[in-house]
Amino acid sequence: MPKVKETEILIVGGGPAGLSAASAAANLGASVLVLERDGKPGGQLIKQTHKFFGSKKQYAGDRGYQIGDLLIEQCRNNPNLEVWTDTTVLGIYEDGVVTAEGQGKHLKITPKKIIVATGASEKMIAFPNNDLPGIYGAGAVQTLMNVHGIVPGKRVLMIGAGNIGLIVSYQLMQAGVEIAAIIEAAPTIGGYLVHASKIRRAGVPILTSHTITEAYGDEGVEGAIICKLDESWQPVLGSEQDLKVDVVCLAVGLSPLTELCFQADCQMKYVPELSGHVPVRSEYLETTRPGLYVAGDVSGVEEASSAMVEGRLAGISAACSLGYGEDIAPKLQAEALAELSELRAGPAGQKTLRGIINLMDKGGVVC
Amino acid sequence: MRITEHPILEFQRGEEISFFFNGQELKGFEGETIAAALHAAGVRVLGHSHVMHRPRGLFCAIGNCSSCLMDVDGEPNIRICVEKLKPGMRVETQQGKGCLR
Repeated sequence: MPKVKETEILIVGGGPAGLSAASAAANLGASVLVLERDGKPGGQLIKQTHKFFGSKKQYAGDRGYQIGDLLIEQCRNNPNLEVWTDTTVLGIYEDGVVTAEGQGKHLKITPKKIIVATGASEKMIAFPNNDLPGIYGAGAVQTLMNVHGIVPGKRVLMIGAGNIGLIVSYQLMQAGVEIAAIIEAAPTIGGYLVHASKIRRAGVPILTSHTITEAYGDEGVEGAIICKLDESWQPVLGSEQDLKVDVVCLAVGLSPLTELCFQADCQMKYVPELSGHVPVRSEYLETTRPGLYVAGDVSGVEEASSAMVEGRLAGISAACSLGYGEDIAPKLQAEALAELSELRAGPAGQKTLRGIINLMDKGGVVC
Repeated sequence: MRITEHPILEFQRGEEISFFFNGQELKGFEGETIAAALHAAGVRVLGHSHVMHRPRGLFCAIGNCSSCLMDVDGEPNIRICVEKLKPGMRVETQQGKGCLR
């Protein structure tokens, strides 16, 4: 391996956004290098066994891991494209050098353009003993169960009735684990009702306006206390229930993994509708640092379907800015933007759209 | 506990191998993470916090949160949720913060 690796477009993260960006840019003729910290590309898709919604263009009807395999296949067959796994990007410097650690070596890369597609990490909520073994993020449960084939325990309390909470509960049931209850602090179920109905039909209670007040146990979770919340989100006295569970699974949302954007001096803004601090960016996903693009959850937490389209848009835009596919790029960009509008047309998408408007508005930039 | 039957997935496991957890011999499969093998063997407590000595378990399983740092073959601070299991590996509960060699 040469001391400094040159590439036209460097993509940080080999999940749905990163892989889609990679094949879009490489198809237009740009040389692309994808760096993925995990041992296998595909991101969180590799552990998703549910079927996707949307339209055929976003692989509706296919299961997440099958879509992941498809994206990996597209990248594998492209001569302009390399994917390095087990490689973690460490920093993006002022002179354009990107450093990474891979296979125990310190690597330097000099790309012309960068696409950050680092995804998101799970949020935590505060309650006594929330650090006990047996309390997992929903992604960890999916990894254990759907990648390694290991169940996290016997009886689970799921916190959060958004899509992740509902889907992971159903997957736990498919793996033979009992769900004591799904609780949700909001007065309504956040996820799609088609997922919620499947769970209710199996007899699992979904308790809205409920929260966890504490977990208990010595060397691991042995149970949890939940209670009802009133209209002003305050605990209702005397409504406590003691659930004997050995697992508490948190599905309380994600925050964008934006460390690299902060470090690369992109202007950042706190946008609650996009789930946290996100980089200010153009319609074509270029941040305030010229030549640095973002795509997927790092630019605002949504779903894998929109992450793939954002990836394609960023890939096309980065390649086009290097002079590739200038004749067809405007058409491809317009197509991607139209697909994004379509994906965001539903009620959940309205929140994202409000977030993007808030983000594009010049006020409130933090650094 | 390992899943043996699943309505959607088939698990391709590598060869069964032995490794050591605090000196005790355990079985796992080549290619899976150390955390997966420990979990399958029923080990949930991976260490204790430095100040309050509270038990620490697996939380994120993707190398983000540092809840699962252990000493592996003499090297401290290994994120066992992403480190792959190898035959004969010595996985130990870490005491203290570990130091640079």
